[in-house]
Amino acid sequence: MCSQLTDPMLPTPYQVLKRVRETKDTFTLTLAPVKGGQGFPFAPGQFNMLYIFGVGEVPISISGDPDRPEKLVHTVRAVGAVSRAICGLKKGDTLGVRGPYGVPWPVKAAPGYDVLVIAGGLGLAPVRPAVYHLLARRPEYGNLELIYGARTPEDLVYRRELSLWRGRFDFRVHVTVDAARNGWRGNVGVVPNLIARARFDPEQTMALVCGPGVMMRFTVQELVNRGLKMENIYVSLERNMKCGLGLCGHCQLGPFFVCKDGPVFPYDRVRDWFLMREV
Amino acid sequence: METLEPVLAAHPFLQGLDPRHLKIIGECASKVNFSAGEFLFREQDEATNFYLINHGRVAVEIFRARRGPVNVQTLREGEAVGWLWFGKPYHWHFDARAVQLTRALALDVKSLMQRCDQDPQLGYELMKRYAHMLAVQFRVAILQLGDMYG
Ligand SMILES: Cc1cc2nc3c(=O)[nH]c(=O)nc-3n(C[C@H](O)[C@H](O)[C@H](O)COP(=O)(O)OP(=O)(O)OC[C@H]3O[C@@H](n4cnc5c(N)ncnc54)[C@H](O)[C@@H]3O)c2cc1C
Ligand code: FES
Repeated sequence: MCSQLTDPMLPTPYQVLKRVRETKDTFTLTLAPVKGGQGFPFAPGQFNMLYIFGVGEVPISISGDPDRPEKLVHTVRAVGAVSRAICGLKKGDTLGVRGPYGVPWPVKAAPGYDVLVIAGGLGLAPVRPAVYHLLARRPEYGNLELIYGARTPEDLVYRRELSLWRGRFDFRVHVTVDAARNGWRGNVGVVPNLIARARFDPEQTMALVCGPGVMMRFTVQELVNRGLKMENIYVSLERNMKCGLGLCGHCQLGPFFVCKDGPVFPYDRVRDWFLMREV
Repeated sequence: METLEPVLAAHPFLQGLDPRHLKIIGECASKVNFSAGEFLFREQDEATNFYLINHGRVAVEIFRARRGPVNVQTLREGEAVGWLWFGKPYHWHFDARAVQLTRALALDVKSLMQRCDQDPQLGYELMKRYAHMLAVQFRVAILQLGDMYG
């Protein structure tokens, strides 16, 4: 982004082009620069700092297609002041954007591998760009499987896209919820249990895991039980952030700054801090 | 009469079992089919069978007044549903309903338990598998209760 050539902390004004409700508290926004232009390139797994004038700034993953960077897409769940304000934006409203930041998913190192994408809740947003990337280059990879879980069917994001992906013959999609009312014909159960249904060669498999802490802990444990190497399991970590640039130390986790060294880490690198309860 | 041993041997719950034990279990087993929507059993029914699912999907449901049935788990081929090792007549705490055409083996729990008493080695083998199944169920229940996706 050009603003970075001057002051990396200065957000660029963006405008909401489209706002789609995903669940009762989660919205997907498509943004474009107020001044026009082509947007900026990003890699799957990177995030932006989104700034609401007079309210605050938060890190939000880019959830759009990295091959179509002209459309900047973010999916946001309203949990507090800033995320609520972002979710409340309407078409034509403006916000500040700076980024992209962070270490991406290692999709460029994955050709020749089976790839398991495992997401829980809103964790599908940060891995969706990786799915776009993998599907756009499908012949380069072995088996591709997505395992996605949410609390109830009403909490699933990107439902239309999930059903399109399920229709493909070269991508196995497993969706599960914790509980469902009558009418849900899909699976009910927890994400780690679905790993047994995925087809992969543990020696040649890369797993991209994103979701709440508990879900990731149990998922990683199951993947290790199934023979995956810890260095081939990638997790995306969340920490409160301020600068996003590795300057303020706000996002520190052990020896790492999540904004600069992550948010995507190979599990073997962060294992000790990942399992620590106090940090 | 058709022997069920090959079908039993192929089910993950019984994998690795001695052929002699498979033969004994086969004497307590029958093939059952459920069409989509049909109940395998309902809450309060006596739990007389232990089911090994060979094909299809089964929803485990809790019925709530006003809200109707809530699906809390889906079981499919390779999985099992039922109770073993309860001395007194035991009753189901939930409903189990086929989501699609489902084929299973129903093991008669009473006669299976009698055979386990006569052959403790068989009892031990089944107990190991059953304990593992319960441990998995326990973990799943805890994860669901904890609201992982918070
Ligand atoms: C690298 C990275 C990528 C992220 N990507 C996304 C994304 O794509 N979409 C998205 O919606 N969020 C994402 N987040 C989380 C998002 O940054 C936080 O939800 C946001 O900072 C909350 O700020 P707030 O001012 O709205 O709420 P706060 O006032 O900071 O928090 C309000 C309440 O919400 C709780 N809370 C804070 N964060 C979360 C959370 N993530 N989940 C549940 N409860 C929370 C707090 O504990 C507090 O109780 C990401 C975070 C990081 C570090
Ligand atoms: S947010 Fe400032 S160092 Fe990471």
